[in-house]
Amino acid sequence: MNRANTLLDKLWETHEVHRRADGASLLWVDRHLVHEGSHHAFAKISERGAPVAEPGLTFAVVDHYAPTRRAARLPDPDIVRMIETLRTNAATHGLKIFDLDDPDQGIVHVVGPEQGLTLPGLLINCGDSHTSTHGAFGTLAFGVGATEVAHILATQTIWQRKPKAMRITIDGALGLGVSAKDIALNWIAKLGTGGAQGHCVEYAGSTVRNLSMEGRMTLCNLTIEGGGRMGLVAPDETTFAYVKDRPFAPRGSAWDAAIAEWAALHSDENAQFDKDITLSGDDIAPTATWGTSPEQALPISANLPDDKTAATIEALDYMGLKPGAPLAGTQIDQAFIGSCTNGRIEDLREAAAVLAGRKARVPGLVSPGSARVKTQAEQEGLDTVFKDAGLDWVSSGCSMCVGMNGDLVDPGKRCASSTNRNFKGRQGRGARTHLMSPAMVAAACVTGTITDVRPFLAGRTP
Amino acid sequence: MTRGWTEHSGRALELAMENVDTDQIIPARFMSTPRSEGYAKYLFHDLRRDADGALLSTFPLNDHADATILITQRNFGTGSSREAAVYALADAGFRVIIAPSFGDIFAGNAVNNGVLPATVNEADIDALTASMAGQNADLIVSLETLTISCNSVRVPFALSDTWSLKLKNGWDDIDLTLQHTPEIQRFKEARREERPWAWPDVAR
Repeated sequence: MNRANTLLDKLWETHEVHRRADGASLLWVDRHLVHEGSHHAFAKISERGAPVAEPGLTFAVVDHYAPTRRAARLPDPDIVRMIETLRTNAATHGLKIFDLDDPDQGIVHVVGPEQGLTLPGLLINCGDSHTSTHGAFGTLAFGVGATEVAHILATQTIWQRKPKAMRITIDGALGLGVSAKDIALNWIAKLGTGGAQGHCVEYAGSTVRNLSMEGRMTLCNLTIEGGGRMGLVAPDETTFAYVKDRPFAPRGSAWDAAIAEWAALHSDENAQFDKDITLSGDDIAPTATWGTSPEQALPISANLPDDKTAATIEALDYMGLKPGAPLAGTQIDQAFIGSCTNGRIEDLREAAAVLAGRKARVPGLVSPGSARVKTQAEQEGLDTVFKDAGLDWVSSGCSMCVGMNGDLVDPGKRCASSTNRNFKGRQGRGARTHLMSPAMVAAACVTGTITDVRPFLAGRTP
Repeated sequence: MTRGWTEHSGRALELAMENVDTDQIIPARFMSTPRSEGYAKYLFHDLRRDADGALLSTFPLNDHADATILITQRNFGTGSSREAAVYALADAGFRVIIAPSFGDIFAGNAVNNGVLPATVNEADIDALTASMAGQNADLIVSLETLTISCNSVRVPFALSDTWSLKLKNGWDDIDLTLQHTPEIQRFKEARREERPWAWPDVAR
């Protein structure tokens, strides 16, 4: 092969079963992850009387509707029914399910990597837009709708047109209190929520190389908020060290063969990208959103916009904010730490580093991304830090990121949130969401306002 | 499965908002409903009602329930992969959404339900809405010529060959793909042979 290939080219080629004259590729799916929301797709295949083609490659996870206060809350019958439906579908088709009481349960995009189901060089689909998370391993991973979920269930393949290739290169050292979340909010603010539409985004550069797997997952997770259905980071030693010895990861000779192949999973030196963006890691400050779209984000030192565009006026109105006022100092009513974006162990450590020995002025919920993350955090004593600060330490699930399980923000209330979407009503009807890193959420808890986390980290290391 | 179509003519309605995300199209709390119950009643549920649940006279759809074409602004359908957003539009009678850009997953979901996401540049959208002269007007949308007409105005829209074929034929992908079963089987066997590490059961 003479042509210089992108990582996307390499991953596409190894999964292409067939290419049609109109340019659509039929791709092999290595892992298919399903959750309670997949009920439409199971209904579709049962209408046809079709079996699940590859039950051994299909994994079910209870996350979207998972109650986070398992014992205390009287379950809503609708939520119970959603979880029961997934159980029934998993049992009918012989799928492994990570159920509520499983020590390995969690949010699907936390569980996949944690279990070693997510590996470099695979193609992963799930009926959830944040499937882009798994791209952090050098995995072709993208969210699909219910019709596509049904198609994958029935055939273990998916029809797709190859997206264009985009590269975002970030070089330089991130400052104290600056994380992958801030990088993502910055590029989305710069390029807009349509900035990566139609593209697969490969993240490159020294800043990305120096990120942990948790940080890379946050970056790839938020790719969809910038319009890109897929994010990618080329796998390296950091990736291999994370994957090794995970429950479903290859072992022995299979591991050796895998490593040999994974080492070649990177864009060739002269590979051409349809869109090439460069950012400086040194210039990124702790960031928070102020509006109702992830592109409406600003560094913490900035003032709110006062332009007269309909989008700005409407967003400020919904958020109950004054044009031109400083972002810092905005009073919050509550906080949430968790989600597939920022619910991993490193996220909890960063928040706990800020909260240790301090009290939260507002109520808040901390929901670890998985039961394993919860256990590990408890072993490290992080739960005590959160509880001593006055926050609720609860079980894992999608929780207040999307509110399907009943963890909601009340109308008009303002929430500092480590999640991914500040859309109107996302956390509950009339709820006002400010997206930021877990450390920034922790700092907001301490002052009761949106605030710069950096002074709170002086002399502390996560 | 949806029926194929090549031309649609119908009433158009303008929703002058950008970044209309799928949470606006259908809030998450309605997504446990079985499809057979119909999703039309959930379309733009919270956008079209006040806090007490009364319909807002200012929301365009509340006046024009007969519309089958929606004209809107950039990045329509951004956000979650919920196909329920398309179910709500389709069940409320919409066949065509016209916008300068769409969320990638939304656009794919739309095509899978026979709904056309027609990408039209902003100047042409302005020309279309001007020709409607602030009134509801019938538009004619053709998948053959990839154009949208209203009165004397005719503008092009972008659509990939793949999606055009699919909309025209109303293809059910599962039936199409099952014709490739032997090819898929060969691919799987070769992959398993070459890359045993890609199967999770080798770990156990």
